[in-house]
Amino acid sequence: MFPIEKYHMAESIQDAVRALAEDEKARVIAGGTDVLIRLHEGHGDYRNLVDINNLDELREIRMDEQGNVIIGALASFTNIIEHEVVRAHVPVIGEAVNTVGGPQVRNRGTMGGNICNGAVSADSACAALVHEVDLVIENAEGERVESIIGFHTGPGRVSLKPGDLLKHFRVRPENYRDFGACYYKYAMREAMDIATIGCAAAVKLDGETISELRLAYTVSAPTPIRCATAEQAAKGKPLTAATLAEIAQAVEADVKPRTSWRASMEFRLHVIRTLAQRVTRQAAERAGGTFK
Amino acid sequence: MKKQTINLTVNGKEFTLDVDVRKSLADVLREQGFTSVKQGCGVGECGACTVLVDDVAVDSCIFLAMWANGKKVRTTEGECKNGKLSPVQQAYVEAGAVQCGFCTPGLIMTTTSFLERNKGRKVTREEIRKGHAGNLCRCTGYETIVKAVESVVEVAEEE
Ligand SMILES: Cc1cc2nc3c(=O)[nH]c(=O)nc-3n(C[C@H](O)[C@H](O)[C@H](O)COP(=O)(O)OP(=O)(O)OC[C@H]3O[C@@H](n4cnc5c(N)ncnc54)[C@H](O)[C@@H]3O)c2cc1C
Ligand code: FES
Ligand code: FES
Repeated sequence: MFPIEKYHMAESIQDAVRALAEDEKARVIAGGTDVLIRLHEGHGDYRNLVDINNLDELREIRMDEQGNVIIGALASFTNIIEHEVVRAHVPVIGEAVNTVGGPQVRNRGTMGGNICNGAVSADSACAALVHEVDLVIENAEGERVESIIGFHTGPGRVSLKPGDLLKHFRVRPENYRDFGACYYKYAMREAMDIATIGCAAAVKLDGETISELRLAYTVSAPTPIRCATAEQAAKGKPLTAATLAEIAQAVEADVKPRTSWRASMEFRLHVIRTLAQRVTRQAAERAGGTFK
Repeated sequence: MKKQTINLTVNGKEFTLDVDVRKSLADVLREQGFTSVKQGCGVGECGACTVLVDDVAVDSCIFLAMWANGKKVRTTEGECKNGKLSPVQQAYVEAGAVQCGFCTPGLIMTTTSFLERNKGRKVTREEIRKGHAGNLCRCTGYETIVKAVESVVEVAEEE
């Protein structure tokens, strides 16, 4: 039995926000694939739960009139992978979450939970970073919008405050149109494993030169990160092996890998440089480019 | 801790239960006699507790019983109709994919959902493996399990 002390099944967004405001210790439970494991391990910080599983509106995936792609915080990874709108406009998000755990976990786990838990290895984080997704958040004071850029504030920490409910992700058209994007997860096992390094790139081309590169990593610093130096190094460069090598060199200034039982710092750096090239190349090819 | 009343069907039969909100679906199903639902790890790693909720495969050890309210649950007991094994169950027997059998009920439910999701479509061996990555087996080495699955799905030419 899970050591839950208080449990409230929310009936509406307003009801969830009210329940969260009433109890400072209350935490949201979505798919539960992190929360229930924390509880199983006896952690004290998830004993008061506000359950959002009945809020079907938070499961919605759609495109709005302004061309924003909306992904509900409660949409399961499987729903995201299979959804037409995701496939057509932000396929890298589906590609990224398709690397999470096994089918049972993907059927329950949500992108909302994956971002809100603040994990430095979260598979959806790189894809969210290269598309600069907005997070639409509600609390007792009302609604606000935060960017994914800067949302992760430290290992396991995000800029959500007690009482905050993430409602959905919003990808603005300028952040996905004309971009080719790609995610690669390097892990020790082929499935059911946390990333040793995760890496996504989004590339926009101007003819055969890179007009914009967005490069993001997980497990390469204390939070998922974007790589300003490498991105700058790519600007206006032709699609050549030399450009890829320059990007791989520049990325060293952006990352701070460390040694853990999964991999040493040196090995991580090697994977980081290798992936910078692989992922940038593929993203550029998906944007319609050809390498010389 | 408060109890809540939930209505669900398990293998086609309706149940109204007063469940403790702290309980997992795996616990509640076992209490109701569906002991094919095994608990190995209790943390979503091994898949022994896999059941289908509205035809979607979930690890019932990390699925609150509350969440099954109004839903249709399937366990391997219900796949066997009038004493006749389902094609998936039969395939596991014929391929010798069962040794101690602890993982088998969960795997059979995963295969059942894999089969239903891929109806009318050819799948690759790679897809079979990825589709079963959430289930661990201590005994078989997986080869016989993949063979069992191959015998019930349409397999594409080797990739
Ligand atoms: C076997 C297994 C394998 C896994 N493999 C991977 C993997 O390969 N890659 C990976 O990235 N993750 C993996 N995970 C972790 C987990 O599945 C994901 O992080 C998942 O996205 C969590 O989503 P959830 O809906 O289950 O979150 P929950 O467990 O419900 O919640 C997670 C956290 O987010 C908060 N939260 C959730 N939704 C909201 C919201 N709408 N508003 C505010 N706060 C919210 C919760 O309070 C909690 O802090 C794995 C887990 C398991 C059990
Ligand atoms: S017992 Fe549920 S996944 Fe292992
Ligand atoms: S047959 Fe023994 S665990 Fe699979």
